Amino acid sequence: MDVFSDPLNRDVYLTGFLWILKLTLAGGVGAVALGVLLAAMRVSPVPVLRGFGTAWVNTFRNTPLTLIIFFCYFGLFSTLGLSLADDIDVNNFWLGVIGLSVYTAAFVCEAIRSGINTVPAGQAEAARAIGMTFWQTLTIIILPQAGRAVIAPLGSILIALCKNSTIVGTIGLMESSNAMKELINANGNAVIPIFLVFAGTFAIVLIPTGYAFGWLANRLAVKR
Amino acid sequence: MSSDAVLYDYPGPRAKVRNLALTIVFGVGLLALLWWIYSRFDQKGQWAGALWKPFTYGSTWTDYILPGLQHTLEAAAVAMVLSLVFGVLFAVGRLSDHWWIRWPAGAVVEFFRAVPLLLLMFFIFFGLPFITEKPMSVFWAVVIGLTLYNGSVLAEAFRSGVYSVPRGQSEAAYAVGMRKGQVMTHILIPQAARAMLPVIVSQLVVLVKDTALGYIISYNELLQLGVNNLSANYGNVLQAAIVAAAIYIVVNSLLTAFAGWLSRRTRRKGRAPRAAAATVQQATIEPGLGGGGGAL
Repeated sequence: MDVFSDPLNRDVYLTGFLWILKLTLAGGVGAVALGVLLAAMRVSPVPVLRGFGTAWVNTFRNTPLTLIIFFCYFGLFSTLGLSLADDIDVNNFWLGVIGLSVYTAAFVCEAIRSGINTVPAGQAEAARAIGMTFWQTLTIIILPQAGRAVIAPLGSILIALCKNSTIVGTIGLMESSNAMKELINANGNAVIPIFLVFAGTFAIVLIPTGYAFGWLANRLAVKR
Repeated sequence: MSSDAVLYDYPGPRAKVRNLALTIVFGVGLLALLWWIYSRFDQKGQWAGALWKPFTYGSTWTDYILPGLQHTLEAAAVAMVLSLVFGVLFAVGRLSDHWWIRWPAGAVVEFFRAVPLLLLMFFIFFGLPFITEKPMSVFWAVVIGLTLYNGSVLAEAFRSGVYSVPRGQSEAAYAVGMRKGQVMTHILIPQAARAMLPVIVSQLVVLVKDTALGYIISYNELLQLGVNNLSANYGNVLQAAIVAAAIYIVVNSLLTAFAGWLSRRTRRKGRAPRAAAATVQQATIEPGLGGGGGAL
């Protein structure tokens, strides 16, 4: 563990995981907001909205995230000149957030849609019978019940998002995987401890998070 | 709910007008967005024929895109076979009656599910050569990384598949005198595999997408050859990325359609274990329970 007693190396480690944390938070907010909107579109009465939602999901769910992030940088930024910040790191961070949100939203949308499918049809029928509109049925009756059914899948998606945020390293952000690569290249004699610290950090945070989501899902599940 | 159409009534005259209005408003917004993208492309000269023309040359396909696709599929195929083996071994390990097999197997599966694949690949490709003092083949770095990760995800899928087989099956097998190993290989695994077939195929989609990580450690797959190297010659990174994305989407949509067909087929024949239908659905939304899950 000598490697991490050097404050410079510790800095590399901390900066790396700080980026991961920021990417996960910003990407998570973006993905959930966009995903709920897409799910609402996919069950709406307007065919164009449904088509748009379906096209989005089929496009982004089937494209590798690496390619999406690559496209955000070389396409949106380099070629089309979409600059989000003056600082190159902050700019790449936001490009990464766009890529992560756009990709993860497709999975959030599908999770919420299958959550909607777990709500018994009688609920929506009763809502319609008392004269609720589509929007009212969705927001007052269906989504609150569906939300409780999708906690476990949403948890899995957020965990995957956290792991996926390492891919933003492709466009030069010094997140954890690039940080690990740098430390490995500088300290060839301590490869295993370096890997164990980086991988262990993910494992220590993410494994309990997974079980916590499982516990929460059980607790909040609608008993039928 | 079986159909989404339960959420709204059959549109009457007013609803029809409202839907039409929404269609027009959203359609105009969408067209405006497309127009903005188009003009942005135009402004930066991205519609120039020279940038798109390379895709009509035979050499673009034979030298870049097809070899790239071939390497992508090779890595995915080898990793799939290996991760199925890994998955079965560790699923059986986690179901073992001996704690000294069950715990290590569980620890390995949980660990590799929680570690980002890119981190794993970096360790295998950049880290291991320091220890073995031999350069690491980039193909095997990609394949080993994919195997450890997807194998662990599949191990969890198999495990929940085994749980979904009705208890009577293994009880009957023990009753006719089968040993533990026989019950597992003759009774439980075949039924669990069938119940989990759609999940296994969906995991293949994840695997194909994850081969793109190989680009980061410069494995010559589709993203590397078809986008990076191709655009180095013609300066058409945007166009090449769009074409590569289309190829990935076609390959993965075919796999997804195959998974859907498989799941319909097993359900219709009623051969899958009774409890499995629900579990399959569950597992499709949520591969594995608890732990560092999440297999996107």
